[in-house]
Amino acid sequence: MSNGRHLAPRPGFVLDVDRNSPPIVFHHGEGFRLEKLPAGRSRVIYPAEPLEGLPDPDGAIRDALLNPIGDSAPLPALLRPDMKLTIAFDDISLPLPPMRRPDIRQRVIETVLDMAAEAGVDDVHLIAALAVHRRMTEDELRHAVGDRVYDAFAPRGLLYNHDAEDPDGMVVLGETPHGEAVQFNRRAAESDLVVYVNINLVAMDGGHKSTATGLTGYTSLRHNHNVHTMLNSTSFMDQDGSALHASNWRMGKVLRDAGVRIFQVETTVNNDTFGREGPLSMLQKREWEWSARDRASFLAMQNGLKVLPTRVKREIFSKWRAPYELTSVQAGEIEAVHEVTTANVYRQHLVPVEGQTDILTMGLPYICPYNVNSIMNPILVMCLGLGYFFNLYRGRPLVRKGGVVIISHPTPWEFNPVHHPSYIDFFEQVLADTTDPAEIERKYEKQFAEDEWYIHLYRNSYAYHGVHPFYMWYWGAHALDHVARVIVVGGNTPAVRRLGFQPASTLADALEMASDVVGPQPTITHIKNPPLLMADVT
Amino acid sequence: MKALQFSRNIPRYAAARVAAGFTPGGGASVGPLRLADLDPPTPPGPDWVRVRPRLSGICGSDLATVDGRSARYFEPLVSFPFVPGHEVVGDLDDGTRVVLEPVLGCVSRNIAPTCTPCSDGMLGNCEHVSFGDLEPGIQTGSCHDTGGGWATAFCAHPSQLHTVPDDLSDEAAVIVEPAACGLHAALLAGVPDDGTVVVLGAGTLGLLTLASLRAHTAPRTIIATARYPDQRRLAADLGADLVIAPDEVRRAVRRVTGSRAITRGGGHDGSVHSLSGGADVVVDCVGSSSSLTDAMAVTRPRGRIVLVGMPASVNLELTPLWHRELELVGAYTYGTETLADGTTARTFDLAFDLVRRYDLGRLVSATYPLRRYRDAIQHAAAAGRRGAVKVAFDLRDDRERERL
Repeated sequence: MSNGRHLAPRPGFVLDVDRNSPPIVFHHGEGFRLEKLPAGRSRVIYPAEPLEGLPDPDGAIRDALLNPIGDSAPLPALLRPDMKLTIAFDDISLPLPPMRRPDIRQRVIETVLDMAAEAGVDDVHLIAALAVHRRMTEDELRHAVGDRVYDAFAPRGLLYNHDAEDPDGMVVLGETPHGEAVQFNRRAAESDLVVYVNINLVAMDGGHKSTATGLTGYTSLRHNHNVHTMLNSTSFMDQDGSALHASNWRMGKVLRDAGVRIFQVETTVNNDTFGREGPLSMLQKREWEWSARDRASFLAMQNGLKVLPTRVKREIFSKWRAPYELTSVQAGEIEAVHEVTTANVYRQHLVPVEGQTDILTMGLPYICPYNVNSIMNPILVMCLGLGYFFNLYRGRPLVRKGGVVIISHPTPWEFNPVHHPSYIDFFEQVLADTTDPAEIERKYEKQFAEDEWYIHLYRNSYAYHGVHPFYMWYWGAHALDHVARVIVVGGNTPAVRRLGFQPASTLADALEMASDVVGPQPTITHIKNPPLLMADVT
Repeated sequence: MKALQFSRNIPRYAAARVAAGFTPGGGASVGPLRLADLDPPTPPGPDWVRVRPRLSGICGSDLATVDGRSARYFEPLVSFPFVPGHEVVGDLDDGTRVVLEPVLGCVSRNIAPTCTPCSDGMLGNCEHVSFGDLEPGIQTGSCHDTGGGWATAFCAHPSQLHTVPDDLSDEAAVIVEPAACGLHAALLAGVPDDGTVVVLGAGTLGLLTLASLRAHTAPRTIIATARYPDQRRLAADLGADLVIAPDEVRRAVRRVTGSRAITRGGGHDGSVHSLSGGADVVVDCVGSSSSLTDAMAVTRPRGRIVLVGMPASVNLELTPLWHRELELVGAYTYGTETLADGTTARTFDLAFDLVRRYDLGRLVSATYPLRRYRDAIQHAAAAGRRGAVKVAFDLRDDRERERL
């Protein structure tokens, strides 16, 4: 059997389930479920195998900086001794899971810094562009930029986290024709050049979003992180159909018109999430291609996970580092760069799918962008399922209007109080009142966004901003509007009910419950993710 | 007459305490409470009249007594054996329907001159509480001489009786006494206009305090804690702006008041141990160590905690009381209230209005005949969990009552 290393990687494909199809592995938090889907009316969308990585990543990065795309000079030509240079980079939310060292950001930043040093630039700041995400810890920053960069800059206060609530550190640069205020990190705004270092894991990442979102704050975010935008982003992963994308592009133009000069460096990685070898490698294979060893490994892992406390399982999984490989790097003018980047993302992720389904099933893994080294609380379960996975489509949603989504995840009533303090309150107060995104936005968003304590924790601890759980909920607004019912298999019953969803003990129960909505003998589609895929639905 | 009588019996009292540890209300089966045929009480004085109860409520303090949990503080303030029951609507011999104001003050004890609180209409603060012509007993229902409401008859002084208007049902009338308690607590709380007030507990007293706060004060936000779904629904219906689970109170008060949270370790870990600010007033209708600790954690410096729930023995760290200069105020029964406009009114008069205005008769969830007292008490002890609020004895069809 090919391990995909020496043959061309196979594209993603759709399996029609028949009686001979083996049980399918569903991710289920820090565990897995083996599920037998009904034959004759079920299909499974498999991701493509990992693309080959670039053989010389450092060479490719250097080449991209020297040969930019679009209306941009090579990076060395933009550097001069008396300039202010700011290097901003994606935060802990990318990639997922965190990648093995060296992180791509480290490779790019080291190359940029080498060029800056050659040009005699000595006023350099490095900023983690985290918008209203939590601050990155020293360990996390070291992992992203490497020890050499960290030790050279952080002790002198030149490598730090963006602070969207620093009254002296933020500036409003203008307004889009749609009346959207464009707030920006003051250091970046006052720099002669901003080099943005991106890791483009999914199609919504990158482009003007890197800076217009990553280096902004609530003043700007409220214009596009809202229910209206999400309901008009079909999907937010599809740039052509995304109101979120359009807003970021408008804001990007305001930044450009205000004189902010940005040199964008975008990278894409392959799908090698769990490794071609090693303890999790079977998760990257199609079940009928598992070797005896894969089956034995999976069984051993399942049995081990069953007896381990959740805390220990969480610790084990959080240590996993994906062996992602760089598949492309491009630099220069933002929009031109991002066009190439998107094509490379699609090259890895897009899987053609014909027609919609009555029921969409998904197994959610232990991690999403907002619980790295943390707990996947119920709000993040909603966001990952109805936000990210549901929106991983181009064309039409995988599930038909009025269909059902079935999520598999333990959905614990558990929160990390350091990272998610406002999430606890959102869950206790807001969701106890209503789960309607528009009502939530109207009644509660401002109070949470301006809460002094949340702001204090965001600025001084490692807390997501007070408004962040709202964005998580809005991320699922399109799905909530589109489907008739959401069922969670194997979740904590009170937590699932608080989300407004229905709990089910088994997939069979869930399918029976779904039949109330979609009738008997419904069609079922399972999106087998991760490794990541994006359905191109016709 | 038929009566539930509570006698001094230490072994049975201890057994009640043990039984209640397994099943709340279990003290009714093994404790000193028994259903007995008794002679009707002899009127303690010439003015006293006989009352034949129609409905007689089961109160939290009654449950504490039956389950062997009442404070030893009360030992010299009661006289054994006694017939419990102080939330009563009943009939006089002339057919007049009355509600009992059970406090036994100077007038009913035939003490003259009356003490200052009684002269001021503050019967609950009577300074002659165990003196005069009556055996000790702070209220009807704990005094041997008067009898109590858990019987087909008892004696009352005319000063204790309030005529029930014809349009008020028995169920509404039996709520008047606990409503007066809630009113007294609400008016004692000193809630500032536009302030924040928290009511801990959504049992009968909690709900009635909520209604009283809504009727007579003007806070910006009333937060209520409620453990069970029916309690939550009623709390919202009776005036709470925000109803939360008891273990959510610290975070909820922080959110509403915009306070910052103080964590146990003093760091910034996002947990909430206490608040930098907090609510202006907390009304504790539970009276446990846990509720009082919560109250001190969420009351702003120099704020007020009103203790309505009968606490018995609690284990508390009082440092926050000292450090935050909190005011801890007890709220016992009723008497005469001073309203926001400076006028005064008898609490019971206000209670009649409150009961009518908020249709509080609906809080009577279940009634039992005296002979099913064990079921009744167990139901009352688990009221919240069983979706009930007030459980009462219904004596309207008791044959013994007619035989008198």
